[in-house]
Amino acid sequence: MKGEEIQDTRYKIQDTRKKTMKGQKETQQEEVKVNGSEQISGAEALLKSLITEGVDTIFGYPGGAIMPVYDKLLDFEGSIKHILTRHEQGAAHAAQAYAMVTGKPGVCFATSGPGSTNLITGIANAYLDSVPVVFITAQVVSSLIGSDAFQETDILGVSMPVTKWNCQVKRSEEIPDAIAKGFYIATSGRPGPVLIDITKDAQIDNLSYNYKKCTYLRSYNPHIPLHTREIESAAIMINHADKPLILAGHGVLISKAEKELREFAEKTGIPVALTLLGLSSFPAGHRLYAGFLGMHGNYGPNLLTNEADLIIAVGMRFDDRVTGNLKKYAKQARIIHIEIDNAEINKNVQVDLEIHNDAKEALSALIPLVTKRTHEQWIREFRICDKTEYEKVIKSETRPAEGDIRMGEVVNMVSELTGGNAIIVTDVGQNQMSAARYYKFTEPNSLVTSGGMGTMGFGLPAAVGAKTGRPDKEVIAFLGDGGFQMTMQELGTILHYNIPAKIIILNNSFLGMVRQWQDMFFKKRYASTELINPDFVMIAGGFGIPAKKVTEREDLKKSLTEMLKAKGPYLLDITIEKEGNVLPMVEPGASVSEVTLNYKS
Amino acid sequence: MGKQEFTISLFSENHIGILNQITIILTRRQINIESITASESAVKGVHLLTLVVKTTSEMIRKVARQMEKLVDVLKVFVHTSEEIIYQEIALFKVTTKGMMSGNVIDHVVRTHNVRILEVSPEYIVLEKTGHKAEISELLTHLEPFGVLQFARSGRVAITKQVKELNSYLKEMDEANRFKPEGTEIYNRN
Repeated sequence: MKGEEIQDTRYKIQDTRKKTMKGQKETQQEEVKVNGSEQISGAEALLKSLITEGVDTIFGYPGGAIMPVYDKLLDFEGSIKHILTRHEQGAAHAAQAYAMVTGKPGVCFATSGPGSTNLITGIANAYLDSVPVVFITAQVVSSLIGSDAFQETDILGVSMPVTKWNCQVKRSEEIPDAIAKGFYIATSGRPGPVLIDITKDAQIDNLSYNYKKCTYLRSYNPHIPLHTREIESAAIMINHADKPLILAGHGVLISKAEKELREFAEKTGIPVALTLLGLSSFPAGHRLYAGFLGMHGNYGPNLLTNEADLIIAVGMRFDDRVTGNLKKYAKQARIIHIEIDNAEINKNVQVDLEIHNDAKEALSALIPLVTKRTHEQWIREFRICDKTEYEKVIKSETRPAEGDIRMGEVVNMVSELTGGNAIIVTDVGQNQMSAARYYKFTEPNSLVTSGGMGTMGFGLPAAVGAKTGRPDKEVIAFLGDGGFQMTMQELGTILHYNIPAKIIILNNSFLGMVRQWQDMFFKKRYASTELINPDFVMIAGGFGIPAKKVTEREDLKKSLTEMLKAKGPYLLDITIEKEGNVLPMVEPGASVSEVTLNYKS
Repeated sequence: MGKQEFTISLFSENHIGILNQITIILTRRQINIESITASESAVKGVHLLTLVVKTTSEMIRKVARQMEKLVDVLKVFVHTSEEIIYQEIALFKVTTKGMMSGNVIDHVVRTHNVRILEVSPEYIVLEKTGHKAEISELLTHLEPFGVLQFARSGRVAITKQVKELNSYLKEMDEANRFKPEGTEIYNRN
């Protein structure tokens, strides 16, 4: 309450200063006080509401219908930074990445019609990966809605399947409440994107502004009471298990339960395997770290999922990329599922005990009930698998003696040079899997990747968002040559705002992952996967971004060091072995215990 | 697993677009809606949607949870036909000439419990309340006499369970509205 009052005064002071500075016409900006609340335009109310919600950065792109808001943004330059991307999709991805690294909701602006439809890929991406982003789209004047007016799209209908919640505001006085509700919904429970569509007349019309944060909705229940009996049952199951395994996902990071997860694992002595989006929630160097799960995950956690007698799944949703063939997935194990979203429980895998709750709360309640144990023999099985994987895959991938540069080698070197402390952004495909496999994450929320949706082109705009959100951290993007070209216009954003992100193109002149599948499952028929690429160094040059091409192994370390030393943005185009495959692999339709370690085409 | 008929009673806020959100969930799973009815509920301001779908019990559990997850949805109940009391209403517009032949009118009123809503020289409007099968039976019976129009409503249903929506709402309210520190953990079992 106090804070809001203080903030309000600050803006008044700012507004007054602006007025005197510019000597504007008093009539236009005059604030009329009605019953203690001020009369302002819908656009101003929107921006003030955002500021009250703690927003200081917005990613977006202007257009006809959203012009009143952009006009007002000029008056708020001191408190809100607007990053103009080069495409609305870029703004959506950047806002998501910003949210992932800061833990604050991302905010994204776009105009009506094509502006809003261009967001859809980004919205769907945030939805599948449970990232809180508030999308504000403009809509044509309310009297024109439904008439197929210029740049009119039914964005509510279009975005409904890919948003946690959406709404349309046709009257200016509804703006503060809609924003408050949007932020509450986006950030609570299982987070996700919301979309608020505001008509142009609602942006222009005046209202008496009064902002009240939303903390309760009758139909929405993000806080679930903990059932003591379930926690007790879980503790009994855990205390009696001989080969227990923790599968931790994004939920651990979202509920900020990294400390609890570690404490729980250390007390019970249970190994921890992570999903793609769960990476960085448990330190990679920890003795209980079992590895990365999934189709291209580590050998041990995949194989031993089918050996464990108890699986404790925390904040993860048994995605098909994690489970492989469901008919042969962990049939021998009893499963405890700690998950905040009730719809995820028993969706893909039938579990023995449901704990429908927040990961942090459930783990905190469990810790005092579990007995201190060690599972040395069981851990040893993981180490044996690690050794096999190292001999058969990792050694030749990270320290090849000859041949072309390999992806794992680059990622491994970056991991060593940065001490695992950088924020890693990836695109989608082989570059993503290599980054996930070989970067040794030490800090929570240090991986930004497109998991559920697998959106190529995510990487570069996400790097913009990640570096904007965490300017104090080194942000390194691993991109493929294919994905980079899907959104490479965002180099313009990097130029515009001098965003010192480091970009590494792992260039094999192929759509690498699709080529790998063609190699393995389509008789090596390379249909539309080979790329004729432009000179990426020259392209970066055009955007004023220092860049270098690396083709030889002996130049690699020097070039990476040079890149890391650079003060501003930097792009490295590294020529990678053309037909390298990411292994191990749980092939489509195979069980997690049928891992392909060697593949010779 | 075999498919069977389920009645979904979905209580929601009366917001625009809620029906769209529900059908999106069913469409994704390729579940056809057999019937649908929207109305007010006993709780003021709460909207009730009654949907009848045919699917497996495993699938209905999944979609019900996905429906309940929607922000504007308060509570979803899924029932088999044995667990509810339900009715459908149908209106028939039949030719007066056809109905006047023999003792048709007498028969439909006595055995089918039909109400007569309107009589004119050309047509008679009949109303029948009952289960789908009964209404279909009547339709088959009337067809030879000339059915000009036929319309049947969706299902309306009342559950046999004792616990009413209000007590669920109260529970959810308690869990979410008041959250003083330290009262997080309590036993609801």
